[in-house]
Amino acid sequence: MDFYSFLIQLLNGVQYGLLLFLVASGLTLVFGIMGIINLAHGSFYMVGAYLAFSLAGLTGNLFTALPLGIGVSVLLGFALEWLFYRHLYARDHLYQVLMTYGLILVFEELRSIIWGDDVHGVAVPDLLSASLPLTDNLSYPVYRLAMSGVCLLIAGGLYGLIKKTRLGMMIRAGSSNREMAEALGVNIKRVYTVVFALGVALAAFAGMIAAPVSSVYPNMGAQVLIICFVVVVIGGIGSVWGALLAAILIGLTDTFGKVLLPDYAGMSTYILMALVLLWRPEGLFKR
Amino acid sequence: MKSKTSVLLLIVLLLFALFPFVGEKFYVQLVAKVMIMAIFAMSLDLLVGYSGLVSLGHAAFFGLAGYVLARLAPQYEAASLWTSLPLALAACAAFALLTGLLVLRTSGVYFIMVTLAFAQMLFFVFHDTPLGGGSDGIYLYAKPELMLGGTSLLNLEDHRVFYWFVLGLVAAVYLLLQRLLDANFGRALIGIKSNEHRMRALGYDTFRYKLGIYMLSGMLAGLAGYLAAMQYGFVNPDILGWHTSGSVLVMVILGGMGTLHGAALGAFVFILLQEVLSNQAWFGPVAKHWQLAMGLFIIAVALFLPRGLAGLSGQRKLREETHG
Repeated sequence: MDFYSFLIQLLNGVQYGLLLFLVASGLTLVFGIMGIINLAHGSFYMVGAYLAFSLAGLTGNLFTALPLGIGVSVLLGFALEWLFYRHLYARDHLYQVLMTYGLILVFEELRSIIWGDDVHGVAVPDLLSASLPLTDNLSYPVYRLAMSGVCLLIAGGLYGLIKKTRLGMMIRAGSSNREMAEALGVNIKRVYTVVFALGVALAAFAGMIAAPVSSVYPNMGAQVLIICFVVVVIGGIGSVWGALLAAILIGLTDTFGKVLLPDYAGMSTYILMALVLLWRPEGLFKR
Repeated sequence: MKSKTSVLLLIVLLLFALFPFVGEKFYVQLVAKVMIMAIFAMSLDLLVGYSGLVSLGHAAFFGLAGYVLARLAPQYEAASLWTSLPLALAACAAFALLTGLLVLRTSGVYFIMVTLAFAQMLFFVFHDTPLGGGSDGIYLYAKPELMLGGTSLLNLEDHRVFYWFVLGLVAAVYLLLQRLLDANFGRALIGIKSNEHRMRALGYDTFRYKLGIYMLSGMLAGLAGYLAAMQYGFVNPDILGWHTSGSVLVMVILGGMGTLHGAALGAFVFILLQEVLSNQAWFGPVAKHWQLAMGLFIIAVALFLPRGLAGLSGQRKLREETHG
């Protein structure tokens, strides 16, 4: 592999990892703070991608589709939390698995009813459709660079939100001791609702910006969900920074695995997980 | 086992044994499928219900055994049951040992995610590498034969014989597990489920107990997978997929955890519901979207029926005892 091919794969790996981080951060936040294991998280990613497909078709541009899609997914998050998830906070993980598995089936069928079972594409916005030439016959799409940039911005924003704002303080308080936070006057139920909606929006946003690159297809959420579980396991549950590092590690492993050992690439990330488990059974950044 | 339950179970067994004499071929095959799933569900119940280990990757064993059978069978000819079944179970035991050493180091929500991840890894092994047959899978043109000195003991190609063969295995698995769980081994597991630290303080090597039940559970899931591959006549990566793991978990919780017959009941209701909801003659074009109704049903069970169907009847007291 020459330098430029290596560079391209490196950028692809980081971009894939950062995208996974958007999905995994919501998963790990919702688990770390609310104690909920959410199998339906991958469905939010899928919903985002389909929203991008519909809204970009409707408005003619992905840029206008993004804020609309975020709005819809935040509302969806509020509704789901209110209807389903809040009844499971005090329950065993088993029932959370069961209910969220049921939700996956519901989301997949609703997707099939609303959008059908075909594969769709979403156009890259004109502004970002260019490619940066690297050599005579190799180039790198600007859109992918923009994706990585946006993901990094969001990671920074999450850091600021959790460490520097009043809401972030309440989130941290609620995750370390729910009763004490409540006794000190934090409306923990509202914090939960907000965190859940944030998680849904992050996953849906990831789906929206990924849509032009990965296209939009049935069951696209499941694969992302399982990889994000691996990310969360490697990073340590509840740790957003662990998720960031683990996501990039997984992104690079998967991308280079596909280039170097195509037949075994599907397994590579899981082998990485097995190795981490041998070394640190509770992840790299257990809180 | 209480004598009243034994009599009831004996009657149920007898009714099931007589069913092929009256039922049509389609229904005999359907009930055979239910019984295979009952073995699968009981095997998972050992983990979820008795040991408190919520596995979301149980399909790995189910599929692995099926693939071992498919790989061992000569093309267009029958494999020998004497060799293929023990080898399939041994493969499951080995996979359980290998992954068990890793997954049992974790607990709670980690366990759920890691079991799912390892099952997915196996999915890719059979999906991507030359070991499996890609996404199409492998066909089994003949069911394995049970030969003894040149004569076939059972004609498993006959749907009735196959049915009785499966029924015998379900009964054997049920009795074996009932004995095992009543013995010290089962008591220790329930102790570990309710308080692992206490059991360790009492001198139990809890890890070995958990590894033991994990391997046994994997092998029984393998038995079910072997039978399923035999019945369907093909294996494909879907049988290793996480929807298979999800479905069997639904069966266990639906029937009621921690009671073997609850798991069997759950399998029965789940498969029947699947058949009914996807029946085009009854629901027309809506039947295509049967998973919507199934999903809503599963959500309702999670929210409103934590003890499952077995918990609706007089099992409440027994379950409280086992849950301590």
